[in-house]
Amino acid sequence: MIPPNYFLILSVVLFVLGAIAFFVKKDLITMFMSIEIMLNAANLAFITLARSAKSADGQIIVFFIITVAAAEAAVGLAIILLIFRQKKTIKSEDIKLMKG
Amino acid sequence: MGYFLFFLLAILTVGAVLGMIISKNQAYSALFLILAFACMGGLFALLEAPFIAVVQIIIYAGAIMVLFIFVIMMINVRYGIPAEKKKWTIYLSLVLAVVLVIELILSIKGAFTLPVSTAIIKAGPTDLGRLLFTKYLYPFEITSILIIAALVGAIVLVKKKEKE
Repeated sequence: MIPPNYFLILSVVLFVLGAIAFFVKKDLITMFMSIEIMLNAANLAFITLARSAKSADGQIIVFFIITVAAAEAAVGLAIILLIFRQKKTIKSEDIKLMKG
Repeated sequence: MGYFLFFLLAILTVGAVLGMIISKNQAYSALFLILAFACMGGLFALLEAPFIAVVQIIIYAGAIMVLFIFVIMMINVRYGIPAEKKKWTIYLSLVLAVVLVIELILSIKGAFTLPVSTAIIKAGPTDLGRLLFTKYLYPFEITSILIIAALVGAIVLVKKKEKE
């Protein structure tokens, strides 16, 4: 039986890697993928703690997170596609309409 | 055996995420991410969550990443990522990342003393389905409304305007 610490530390590392990727990468699609990494790190923590608490409730939460992530991916990718059609670019630096 | 599998999957996951960050091609990034999600499915199976593991592989590594790859193929940008990035921002982000790791580990330290459970939790598809339709019925229905709204929203957003 592997202690929960290992999984929790792995979850922290994955979350931080996702956060770094979000700030370092320059194109919208990869930034979007790093959000998915962060969601998955949260899922890992939820399942680890569900096992420690001996209940299946944590797994239900993960179920909802996966569903919301799917909805988010659909809408987010639609928005990225729309930005690409209008601006012909998906680099986050080139999109500065709100910068005044 | 369990430890061996854990370390194998953990190293593969972290390596795949690093590959996604380093890779300059978006399609390679997406493929690395599929590897990372599949390995995380293995980790979920190690954590006695077989149903979530299968859902992770089918929905995440399957459906969501196929969506990403579709969009990457539709956009298909051919530009090199400019090399003249400001170097100091990368070093600064590494320092901040280390700080964030320490901070998060300190904040979850309370969970480290949890006992290692030996009891087998009931988390098969039957048990999860029963929970989903009794205790979590309202969140479940709200999620279905969310999915419908997201579907309609995505279609309306991407639809080409008809010319009058």
